[in-house]
Amino acid sequence: MSKPKKKTGMSSLERTTRRWWPLFLGPVTAAFIIGFVWPFIQGIYLSFCKFKTTSDAQFIGLGNYVNAFQDASFRHAFWFTALFAIVSLVIINVLAFLIAYLLTQGIRGSNLFRTVFFAPNLIGGIVLGYIWSMIFDGILSRFGTSILLNTRLGFWGLIILVCWQQIGYMMIIYIAGLQNVPGDMLEAAKIDGASKLQTLFKVTIPNVMPSITICMFLSLTNGFKLFDQNLALTAGQPIAIQAGGVSVKTTEMLALNIYNTFYNSNAAAQGTAQAKAVVFFVLVAALGLMQLAFTRSKEVQQ
Amino acid sequence: MKKRLFILALCLVMVVSLLAGCGGDKSTTENQGEDTETASGSVYWLNFKPESDEVLQQVAQMYTEKTGVPVKVVTAASGTYSQTLTSEMDKSAPPTLFNIGNMEGVKTWSDYALDLNGTAIANELNTDAYNLYDENGKLCSIGYCYECYGIIVNPDLLEQAGYSLDDIKNFDGLKAVAEDIHARAGELGFDAFTSNDMDPSSSWRYTGHMINLEYYYDQEGTTWTECPATISGNYVDNFRNLYDLCVENSLVARSELATGGHDAENEFKTGKAVFFVQGSWEWSAVSESVPNATMIPYYCGVEGEEKAGLNCGTENCWAINAKASEADQQATMDFMVWCVTDPEASRMLVDTFGVMPYKSAAESTNGFLAVANEYASDGCYVMNWATNFQPNVDAYREVFVSALNQYNADPTDANWETVRTAIVDGWATQYQAVNG
Repeated sequence: MSKPKKKTGMSSLERTTRRWWPLFLGPVTAAFIIGFVWPFIQGIYLSFCKFKTTSDAQFIGLGNYVNAFQDASFRHAFWFTALFAIVSLVIINVLAFLIAYLLTQGIRGSNLFRTVFFAPNLIGGIVLGYIWSMIFDGILSRFGTSILLNTRLGFWGLIILVCWQQIGYMMIIYIAGLQNVPGDMLEAAKIDGASKLQTLFKVTIPNVMPSITICMFLSLTNGFKLFDQNLALTAGQPIAIQAGGVSVKTTEMLALNIYNTFYNSNAAAQGTAQAKAVVFFVLVAALGLMQLAFTRSKEVQQ
Repeated sequence: MKKRLFILALCLVMVVSLLAGCGGDKSTTENQGEDTETASGSVYWLNFKPESDEVLQQVAQMYTEKTGVPVKVVTAASGTYSQTLTSEMDKSAPPTLFNIGNMEGVKTWSDYALDLNGTAIANELNTDAYNLYDENGKLCSIGYCYECYGIIVNPDLLEQAGYSLDDIKNFDGLKAVAEDIHARAGELGFDAFTSNDMDPSSSWRYTGHMINLEYYYDQEGTTWTECPATISGNYVDNFRNLYDLCVENSLVARSELATGGHDAENEFKTGKAVFFVQGSWEWSAVSESVPNATMIPYYCGVEGEEKAGLNCGTENCWAINAKASEADQQATMDFMVWCVTDPEASRMLVDTFGVMPYKSAAESTNGFLAVANEYASDGCYVMNWATNFQPNVDAYREVFVSALNQYNADPTDANWETVRTAIVDGWATQYQAVNG
């Protein structure tokens, strides 16, 4: 290499990065391809196949998608999941923001509260589901019912569980956002005579919009993807049995529906489940992107 | 330039080593395959009975020590056998020996099952009763043990309550005894039935076992050879008789059963209840604390049930992987024959399985299976496991459990009709779902 090139003003860090980037990106890219891209492509291919084991698949065209959309339980699971995602999104974000707001007002023991509120997030979904099923049934048995007997109870049970688990996590993100609101802006608002409420809505919230974007994205996709809590708490029960023996699991969400479809003993079950999974992916990705685009537009530059 | 090449080479090495790490399993098993091809095959048994895992590992090791043929036993966690089988079958070294336990399994896995007709292991059998054939008469899987279920009784407690087994010869007898014991539970210090949880760890005792009485009598003297498209449901009310008797006269109220959390086995072992709805596999657990425990049939108010015996059958059937190499198939066959003929190995296996229906296998020591044989030799009819035909079994049972939960919360006739729908119409629906 010739000498003049060294005088281009690149920092040594930049130079090193330029030279060594494949070393840093290589392993991650490889892992991403092995762990995500390839299975994803194979999954899409399998959704057009009839198969029992993935290595032994037979191409059949669109039949799986027809089966998937004709399945009443899939449609029910979609609406149930959509309702769940919206309700949980609203409750989680409102409560998480509220708690974060309170805990950034400099009250005594804030750190302790933050830790306590965050702790539930550390427990796995399955364990949480079983623990809450015991708690709910401990209470509900006094009223002669159970979380497994009533769709409404099952729905709200799931909401309570997910809120309990995720509010603490979202709270941490909101706290970080709230602490980043510039002090001079707040001071200026105070000097201008803005009330507390005005300050909150006109200054604070526009400034934490990036946090709101990420929290809403997380809670929306979490709501749609919920699986283990659903499996452990209700497993889809109660099952509505119509005359003629057709049955629909009334608290079954999309992910659980796909899982249950896969392990059905119908010969087309695996392909149908795979088709549902592809539909599911498209749905979650589209919703997530739409929501991101919407809330991004509300963000302000500091 | 040289440096850049060096960097690229370094990256390549990293990626390759990563790939090698991921594929590690595969390459080693392939090597094993090559090695054993010369040592004429190897055995990979995907076992479906978690309670027998320890013994099977010992037996596998014994065989390897004796013959040098590698035997790998992998046990699927409780309730996940079909998931495990599906994924294991996809691997480059799939199981050579696996379980096809019912007609639904035959339907799903028939392509993977070697025809066992006339093979060495088939010639060792002493009965054809537990074999599963597909519609073309291919012998897909072959029973390696059988079991029986009914109602386990603690005769000592029965005596303390002032009764004997002779008082229980039909449903009326059982009802009178159970209701009296339940009424006097406070004074006696024990109740009639153990808890009857309906959570997934226990609900199969009803939706997979007790319901057999309905299916058995539904066959009207014949035996199903394949899954019928519909069932009549003529004996659903008999199932209700016995089910109600169990949950009404039990340690735990019926409203508390849905999410479970009670330990029926322990309740029986500690003498808290006289009756326990269970099967012969409980012998080793129960006989330590209740050595003279015995078993009675499902009495449910059917005419002539004084001549009923226990429910005998199996879901434990060996199948050989038809897609495995010939050397592996042969090695697997040799291993199976050794299991049922070698005195030491068959002794160990019989002690964990209860009994093995093979000419040269060791004698059974299972008290409940002895009771089953007594019933049979007294001329009582054996109730075959018609539950093995349940279509789309997991989905069918889930709906059934849900209906029973509703009924337990509010035991009205209207809610019983939902249970009937789940049992009878549910059968037809699931049959259509699988075959339609």
